[in-house]
Amino acid sequence: MNGKARRYAAVAVALLLLVTVPIWVRNAYYVNIASQILLWAIGALALNVLVGYAGLTSLGHAGLIAMAGYPAALLLAGGYGHFVADIGALVITVASTAVFAVLSLRATGIGFLMITLAIGQIIWGIAYRWAGLTNGDNGINVSTRPVIFGMSLDSAAGFYFFTLVCFLLALLTMMAFVRSPFGASVRGTRDQARRMSALGYNVWVIRFLAILFSGFWTGVCGLLFIYYNQFISPQVAALTTSAELLLMVISGGTATLLGPIAGAAIVVIMKNVVSAYIERWNLVLGVIFILIITFMPEGLVPGIARLWRLGWNALRNRASMPGVPVQGKGAP
Amino acid sequence: MMTQITAVQAAILAMNSIALGGLLFLLSAGFSLIFGLMRIPNLMHGSFFMLGAYIGVSFLTGATIRWQNPPFTLQIWKIENIFLVALISAAIVAAIGALIERYLLRRLEGQILPQVLLTLGFALIISDLCLMAWTGDPWQPPTPAAFAGAVQAMGLFFPLYRLVILAVAVVAAIALWLMVDWTRLGAMIRAGVDDPAIARVVGIKVSQLFTLVFALGAGLAAFAGVLGAPYLSVYPGVDFEMLPLALIVVILGGSGSLLGALVGSFIIGFIFNFGQAMFPDLAYVILFLPMLLVLVLRPQGLFGRMVA
Repeated sequence: MNGKARRYAAVAVALLLLVTVPIWVRNAYYVNIASQILLWAIGALALNVLVGYAGLTSLGHAGLIAMAGYPAALLLAGGYGHFVADIGALVITVASTAVFAVLSLRATGIGFLMITLAIGQIIWGIAYRWAGLTNGDNGINVSTRPVIFGMSLDSAAGFYFFTLVCFLLALLTMMAFVRSPFGASVRGTRDQARRMSALGYNVWVIRFLAILFSGFWTGVCGLLFIYYNQFISPQVAALTTSAELLLMVISGGTATLLGPIAGAAIVVIMKNVVSAYIERWNLVLGVIFILIITFMPEGLVPGIARLWRLGWNALRNRASMPGVPVQGKGAP
Repeated sequence: MMTQITAVQAAILAMNSIALGGLLFLLSAGFSLIFGLMRIPNLMHGSFFMLGAYIGVSFLTGATIRWQNPPFTLQIWKIENIFLVALISAAIVAAIGALIERYLLRRLEGQILPQVLLTLGFALIISDLCLMAWTGDPWQPPTPAAFAGAVQAMGLFFPLYRLVILAVAVVAAIALWLMVDWTRLGAMIRAGVDDPAIARVVGIKVSQLFTLVFALGAGLAAFAGVLGAPYLSVYPGVDFEMLPLALIVVILGGSGSLLGALVGSFIIGFIFNFGQAMFPDLAYVILFLPMLLVLVLRPQGLFGRMVA
């Protein structure tokens, strides 16, 4: 079997596994966790467009989730149908993303990060303080989930399948994005912004479009989030959410397609496991950040692979050549 | 939507705005040095403010800190003098900041993303540890007895403590300006920022200098936290409320500019107080507006230099 065939086989097996999750998992609790992983994977993939491919680190993506979730919840509470509410929410998300992009693209690097952080915190402040609109800390209930082609999303399995479809769509667009000339130009602005500019590319427009693309899928993640929880509160707009999303991207490995998905799985599972034992999720999150930075700056998935190889080589070298020190240093 | 305010209320609000502006300056002056000059994305800055405030409040009230797991109690002796407490707290937080900078941040020099993760990680840890040590209830020490009164002027009473905060901020502003612009130390810092390689060649210990500046910024934030405690109180979450305020001040004033931080602090102080009184629902939207204007019209900030 050559490489291409092997890859197709792997994709087919992965798809089959994903589609049959509700069948072999059965337990609704675990199916729900799988839904959570997929919906956060969409958000992580969206953030990865900026962090990984465009080299623009955003700490305001929780604000974008709120910019999708709150309008949808408000429209639904106002008596509009799911279709109108969702389309309206996505339009509002993309429009506000455009405004935020114009503002934050006044800077790059550290300045970009700080502006997105400020914008994210301001959206949190609005969600928290503008009680007349957002119901403040009490949040807004989303009473129903939509029914799509006669399939109800109320059951864990129904919601899982819907999330899976959204996730696969997101993944397909991300793959198309990575392979497209546009994706290449986005990477170009990350690595050699000045040269891209000299070659006649409009760096600002490329970055702007990348942010819009990221914002759209973050909005989809926000919609799935409110349908999953059937509730939205300022909590989702808090910096912790942006930090978790960033952890998903980094822990899996940036600028890869599988990295953010693995990262989402790691963070969601860890959060569920840790929350069962201690209530200090923030503390754990912080410690993980510091451990990753100190020991595996390239991300968990490549990092563990490297440590694995290192350990394996050390073992083999010791077996064959006793007394010879192992070449290479620990962290790059 | 808009709440009408009387002239007397406006005068009181103005006084509060000036006091908040003073606090914001102490907070963002350090942030301006760390973020604006040294280009370190320090997301712990609000945490330094909060940690400093909690330590200060513990000394001011002689608190007993009970740790649940492992169980131990810490009886903190009471110190009345708020300036002494602020200095002690600033020293403790500056030492913590220096250790983090020296042993962790320094190794990540110039790598923005890892620095962000590291400081964000510490910010999350500090916020959870503070919650465990000082519980979720707000702490508000009484206004120091020496400054409890009010000054009468133009038929209005101004609480004395607000004026004290303003005075401290002005003194700090002058001291910082003198240090950065007129001393040998300041010249070495500026040289280290502009061209670290050449600065090292001529014998300036850039790395030690940066640790010093980082510690100074952390200490100033803690100092502001202690001074602000009798009037803002300390509560969980104040760290991530203060961080964006410091950010907006620096974006507004221009990064690295002390004058910018001073002017920006008072602008934000006024907008924050008047916004909350006149448009309580939209206070945060209004806070957003000056940043928006500056970013669109003058991205380097009011007093910032354009950096290439």
